[in-house]
Amino acid sequence: MSKKGLIFWILSVILVGGAFLSNSMAAEGKSINTTAIAMFIVFVFLTLVITYWAAKRTRTAKDFYTAGGGITGFQNGLAIAGDFMSAASFLGIAGLVYTSGYDGLLYSIGFLVGWPIVMFLLSEPLRNLGKYTFADVTSFRLEQKRIRILAAIGSLSVVTFYLIAQMVGAGKLIQLLFGLPYTTAVIIVGALMITYVAFGGMLATTWIQIVKAVLLLGGASFMAFMVLVHFGFSFESLFSTATKVHAKGEAILAPGGLVSDPLNAISLGLALMFGTAGLPHILMRFFTVPNAKEARKSVFYATGFIGYFYILTFIIGFGAIALFVNHPEYFQNAKQIVVDGITKIVSATDETKNLIGDKKALVGGENMAAVLLAEAVGGPAFMGFISAVAFATILAVVAGLTLAGASTLSHDLYANVIAKEKDEQKEMKVSKIATFAIGILAIVLGIVFEKQNVAFMVGLAFAIAASVNFPILLLSIYWKGLTTKGAFWGGLAGLIVALVLIIISPTVWVDVFKNPEPIIKLKNPAIFSMLTTFVLTILISKLDNSERAKVDREGFEPQYVRAQTGIGAETAVKH
Amino acid sequence: MDRAIMEKIKNDPDFQKLVSKRNSVMITLTAIELIIYFGFILLVAFNKQFLAQKLGEGVITIGIPIGIGVIVLSFLLTGVYVYIANKDFDELTEKIKQKYTKEV
Repeated sequence: MSKKGLIFWILSVILVGGAFLSNSMAAEGKSINTTAIAMFIVFVFLTLVITYWAAKRTRTAKDFYTAGGGITGFQNGLAIAGDFMSAASFLGIAGLVYTSGYDGLLYSIGFLVGWPIVMFLLSEPLRNLGKYTFADVTSFRLEQKRIRILAAIGSLSVVTFYLIAQMVGAGKLIQLLFGLPYTTAVIIVGALMITYVAFGGMLATTWIQIVKAVLLLGGASFMAFMVLVHFGFSFESLFSTATKVHAKGEAILAPGGLVSDPLNAISLGLALMFGTAGLPHILMRFFTVPNAKEARKSVFYATGFIGYFYILTFIIGFGAIALFVNHPEYFQNAKQIVVDGITKIVSATDETKNLIGDKKALVGGENMAAVLLAEAVGGPAFMGFISAVAFATILAVVAGLTLAGASTLSHDLYANVIAKEKDEQKEMKVSKIATFAIGILAIVLGIVFEKQNVAFMVGLAFAIAASVNFPILLLSIYWKGLTTKGAFWGGLAGLIVALVLIIISPTVWVDVFKNPEPIIKLKNPAIFSMLTTFVLTILISKLDNSERAKVDREGFEPQYVRAQTGIGAETAVKH
Repeated sequence: MDRAIMEKIKNDPDFQKLVSKRNSVMITLTAIELIIYFGFILLVAFNKQFLAQKLGEGVITIGIPIGIGVIVLSFLLTGVYVYIANKDFDELTEKIKQKYTKEV
């Protein structure tokens, strides 16, 4: 697209967004956190400058998909962390720690432990074999058409479910933080993410991830630091205050009801661990670095940043428990009382009902724990900053997802399945159309699902990533016997098992469809769907005597040499 | 890549050394990570009492350092991999590349 076209588009986004903002503010007449709005506008302006800068440097398909392949390991580590630390993991986990204590940590651990696996098994061969998407790797020696279609089904379902969950979360959060109507919020998020991806491609997306990661890590560090200052850097003092005021008492320092039966626990663990290793927007990031060495370095930095961040959310959650006792104004219908020398927050109508840790009592719900804590430790200006950071977090994550979805459509489906001949210009054009299409679809689905329970969708995205993308990727890199037929049918079967099991599970059958009893008790399907994919893929491959199977097996050795050494791998371009 | 060169690389002692070294590091570290994480999950599922024990006089339980420990250990394992890879893999890879990329 021409420079003029880009400037025109950016201006219209700002104008339309501004008009929406002022309109809705006037219409709502609500009190709006002006610092939050100001910081948000500064952030959006900064991201648009990045996009403009990146757009001038995004000329080829390689630029669009991989930012030219010249991102360093450290930068990519920050960007991966930016892609992975969603608003759900910031506000959601802090909220979960606030309500349930230790159980929140269990989620953090699950989200982190996939990273070593990504590093040991995938990072280097992925970089050595791939070009733009992980399907480049799975289809390296297998038949392009069927494998790309399978990868596209896997990627697009992961992206769609993840994107819906993010959009709905974004709409509600922005409604709460800035007082904007839900639909307006969803449209602003959608328009911005289209702008970043369509014009700035991977380069803009990467730098937006980096800026967001730095802001989020900085903001969370400050909050945790202020909590620790308050308790004289004594964890004993923080935890003992928290147990004294929390409704659940000392139970918050040990695992509770979240992980009850072993089968559910292991299944959830598998989905979190191997789902991380199958997320298309994360896998795509490995093609932005120049070589395998930088690829492994980026996972090291990413794991460090993400692990550090999760430790911060644990402190933030406990800080909220311990400090909110001085802030009855953060609760609905509450009052502060002193019993036996201990201050408590209780229901205004029922003094026996302790409200600290209650899911609904907090103004805006449990997810607001981190935002309210920002106000408690840093005043309204810092609360505005954290609100803007939460918004930035959402924008960066949805941009990464949109880019991954658009790349699947243009690179995997259009260029390698539909198009008769290679034409980079056309592929670029398709990638931009795909970006607009996915962005608009995300806006529409975000609006459609406003009143639905979408909590299961992130779990479903991880389960599909763990049961379709990860097994096929792993087997294609390491198992000589894998054939096209085995991968295609095994992967599809895993997808279907994951979908069916989640529909009849308590999370959808009861929580969404409102049936009284679930058909199965298992909440996460990964243990069965992963097993299905592995077993069927191996079985069908072993029985496969087709001509194609011969080609598939013969292709393994050249692929193995390249995966191990990087000879023949894609290189970075200089601008 | 040329089939003949590929055969040569495959039979090169440096390549075989690289592959066997990387595979053993990969399998060992992956196994350690799986044992740490699923060991922890099974502990949570079967023996909550153990994790709820107090660590000394105060309120802090054994579960807290163990949980944080899983995060820190996972990070340290990625560090171990980078250390070994930088020390051993890169040198071997470079050697192989120099021997064969002229022919490719």
